Parts: sequence; C-alpha cells; structure tokens
Amino acid sequence: MTIIRHELKQGKTSFIIWTAVVAFLMAVCIFMFPEMKGEMENVGQMFSSMGSFTEAFGMDRINFGTLIGFYAVECGNILGLGGAFFAALCGASILAKEEKEHTAEFLLTHPVSRRRVVTEKLCAVMLQILLFNLVVLGVSLLSVAAVGEEILWKEILLMHLAYFFLQAETAGICFGISAFLRRGGLGIGLGIAAVFYFLNLVANIAKSAEFLKYITPFGYTEGADIITGGRLEPVLVLLGMGYGLVGIAAAYGWYCRKDIR
Amino acid sequence: MKAVRLENLTKYYGKARGVIELNLDVEEGAFFGFIGPNGAGKSTTIRTMLGLIAPSGGSAKVLGMDIVKDRNKILENVGYLPSETTFYPGMRVRDILQFSANLRKQDCRQERMRLCERLRLDVDRKAGELSLGNRKKAGIVCALQHKPKVLILDEPTSGLDPLMQREFFSILQEYHKEGITIFLSSHVLSEIQRNCMRAAIIREGRIIAHDSVEALSKTSAKRVTVHGEADWEKLSGVRDLQENGGSVSFLYAGDMGRLVQVLSQGNIRDLAVAEPDLEEIFMHYYGAEE
Repeated sequence: MTIIRHELKQGKTSFIIWTAVVAFLMAVCIFMFPEMKGEMENVGQMFSSMGSFTEAFGMDRINFGTLIGFYAVECGNILGLGGAFFAALCGASILAKEEKEHTAEFLLTHPVSRRRVVTEKLCAVMLQILLFNLVVLGVSLLSVAAVGEEILWKEILLMHLAYFFLQAETAGICFGISAFLRRGGLGIGLGIAAVFYFLNLVANIAKSAEFLKYITPFGYTEGADIITGGRLEPVLVLLGMGYGLVGIAAAYGWYCRKDIR
Repeated sequence: MKAVRLENLTKYYGKARGVIELNLDVEEGAFFGFIGPNGAGKSTTIRTMLGLIAPSGGSAKVLGMDIVKDRNKILENVGYLPSETTFYPGMRVRDILQFSANLRKQDCRQERMRLCERLRLDVDRKAGELSLGNRKKAGIVCALQHKPKVLILDEPTSGLDPLMQREFFSILQEYHKEGITIFLSSHVLSEIQRNCMRAAIIREGRIIAHDSVEALSKTSAKRVTVHGEADWEKLSGVRDLQENGGSVSFLYAGDMGRLVQVLSQGNIRDLAVAEPDLEEIFMHYYGAEE
C-alpha cells in the first residue's frame, strides 16, 4: 500500500487536471444538446450524408437528434480520446520515470521486491483510471439530468464500461512498454493512443481494413454498435483485455530481472 | 559470519567490462575501505551487492545471504548512500524520510530526529530545492535512520563541506562502535586512511590489493626526498620522480644497498626516507601495471 499511496500522491496533479478537463468537456457537450436539439433534424441529415466521414464516426447508424446518439458520438470522442491519452500517460511513465528521474536507486534499495513494486504501481494506475471514470460518469449523469433529458442507464453505462476497458487495455500495453524504457515514455504512450484511435477510423471507413477492429480498443467502444446491439462485442473486449494482460505480463517478466542503471 | 563475501563476482554490460572475478571478504563490524578511481568498478560492485544489477558470474553474500535469492532480507539490514542522491522532486524531505521508513515498515522517528539535528537538515524543504550537500544529508539520514547492520556508502562526502564531513565521520564512528559494518567506497584516500581498518584496491574491474590499511601502507616502496645531486639513472625501481629546484623526490621500490651506493657517489646535502601515504601507495598500485 505504501507505493500505491506514494504513486497516487505523485500523480495527483496530473489526475486532477485530466479528470477536470474531460469531465468539464463532457458537461459542456451535454449542456449544448438542448440548444442543438431543435436544429438536429437538419444537422442529423447533414451528418448522415457525409460519406466516409459519416461512417468513420458511426453516424450512419445512430440518430444524432437524440441525446443518446449525440452522446455516443460527441461525448464518446471526448471520453475516448481524453481517457485513452490519460491512461497511456499513466501506464507509460509509471515504471520508466524511476530510471529517468534517477529515483529507482532510492526505491529499489529498500526491502521491497520488484514484483511488489510492479504490482503496487499497476494498482495505482488502475485506481487512477477507475476514479477518473467514476468522476466523469458522475458529472455526465448529473449533466444529463440537469438538461432534463431521460437517462438511458443501460446504454450510457455500457458506453462508459467500454471506455473503462479501453483505458485499462491501453494502460496495460503502455505499462508493459514502460518496463523496457530507461527514459520517459510519454511520447510513446500518446503515440500509441493516437494510433489506436486512427486505426478505428480507418476500420470504419474501409471494409478491407475491418480487421483493424481486432487490434484497436476503440473497436469495442463504437457507440453506434453499443446502442444498436445493446451490448459490448465480447470477442473484441476479450481480445483487448488479452492484449492488456500481455503488456502487464511483459512488465512483470522484464522489470523483475532488468538491470537498474 | 562475513558481513560481505564476494566469490568470483563478475559483471559484464554486454561486452563492456564491469567487474571481473572479484574475491573479497569483509568481517562483521569492520570499517572497510574500497578504493579505486572513476570507472574502476566500485559502483558496479556495490550495485550488484544491492541487487540493482544481476551478476554475470560468481556470487555475492551479504550477512551470509545470497544477493539474488535473499535480496529483500539483505536490504532490510542494509543502509545505502549512493554517490548521487536523487529524490522525488515534489516531495518534502520530511515525507521522503517517512516514505523510506514506511517502505521498511519501521518507526524511525527518534533516530531520524537525532540525525537531522546533528546534520542540521531542514526537513520542510522540497527535494527539488535542495543543494547537493543537503541532498547528501537527506541521503545519509535515509541510509542510517533504521540502524542497519551493514552500511554501504558510495563516495559519501561529495558535496559536504569540511565541517559537515567531520560530523558525518563522527556519526559513522559512533555507529561503528555499536557494531555496524561500514563499507566505504571512495577515491578520497585520506578518508580511508583515517577511518578504515582494512581496504581493497580495485583497478579496471579487478581487485589488485586487499589488506589492512596499515599493511597496504607498508609496501616495499619508500618515499625518498633528496636535496643535492646524484646519478638517478643508475637506479632501477624509481617511480613518480619529481624534481623541484635542488631537490628530488621519488618512490623507490628497488634495492636499498644500491640506493645508498648511488647516494654516496653523489653530492647530497639532505636526505629523507619515509613511508609513503596511502595516496602514494594507490599511485604505486595503479602505476605498477602500466
């Protein structure tokens, strides 16, 4: 618990900023909905007839004029990208920063096993992601209630659950990479999150690239699929969790025997 | 039981040499010096003893425990002061010291307060604001506050002013009297000579001498200082020859009879033959194989 508490304190500022920004943007987006609702008929028609752009964001399968359709596309993008970047930053830096900032020598000359260090740091990352999602979900639900729209619990919770899985997977993969790095992994983390996002856009646009949905975690966070299907695609989620676990296993395997210089 | 035992300890970084087949025993309760210039392998040896890096060959034991299998148990009983002390920049010294105690699951408050007072360490400062000397002081408290059985110090005095160095060694002597083993790695030879009972000299990854400091200082080489002139080229075993005006000073490891013979043939006004200090011994060992 000592290292978990330490990591939560160390990451406090970053956590507060990311959570506040994403929650604020979600709220702003939701508060924009009533104003846009009246114009949605025209806007919806416009958005559904933009060819590849429409398909890329799944706007051909959901009604942009309803709160849930609007939420899936607009809020989904904010939470998807914001959450993925936050998770990637947390995961990619947590192990590598000790060597980058030369604090590994301090930490690892205390009677704590490398396995415990990895475990507690992983717990700290996952706790931050969990708290981030709870706060964002809470603010989003309050915002929906505040604008007087009906809360479609199942759809909203499923979407948020999907984004939590996405962040856990991204963090797991970046955590694994972090174990191999001796310098900060922020650039790599952000790069991975961005690549995942664009792979999903490509998979939505080109039929021949649909297999990319089996690679990117954004594949199972597609709001249109979740709303129309009423569930998360289990194969994609399980595959994603598998990738995340491979990253975590790599972190244990490598960090527990690497030379700390 | 030995406090430290290295048996053929070897470490390579890829193809680069770290240390090669080190054999070393340090008795419990000893104040042991580990001497060598930068890059000789001192820090590699220490980092291997602490489990930060894995040995490529051989073995090392601290307090009878293997550094690979029993790393955590060893670290419970070891205090370590690195040559470059670095802490988490946003944390206050007080929190760093408490974090260190928490990682050890020990209540170190009493000893910590005593050490902070003696070293005049301001615990309210943030680590990022600390000078090199104050970082070192915080490192010293971290290494000592849990009263370890073995204390490993890597270039401990860099950054400390002379007064603080004296206080630091006075603290170390007190701990030593209580039975703590001290392993002091340094290239400041006067520190080793003043404080250590035994020492080892490491050169290019190999231990080239290992004995009591007294015995190490008593090599066959003598420091000869002569005022006057003689034909020094007739002597073999002369090293570190320095000419200064009318005087000549050199380390002499050759035949004493031959020295007296050469001196008697010259024009000598004054002569001094003395035991060299540890610094000169060090140069002797380092020059011997060049």
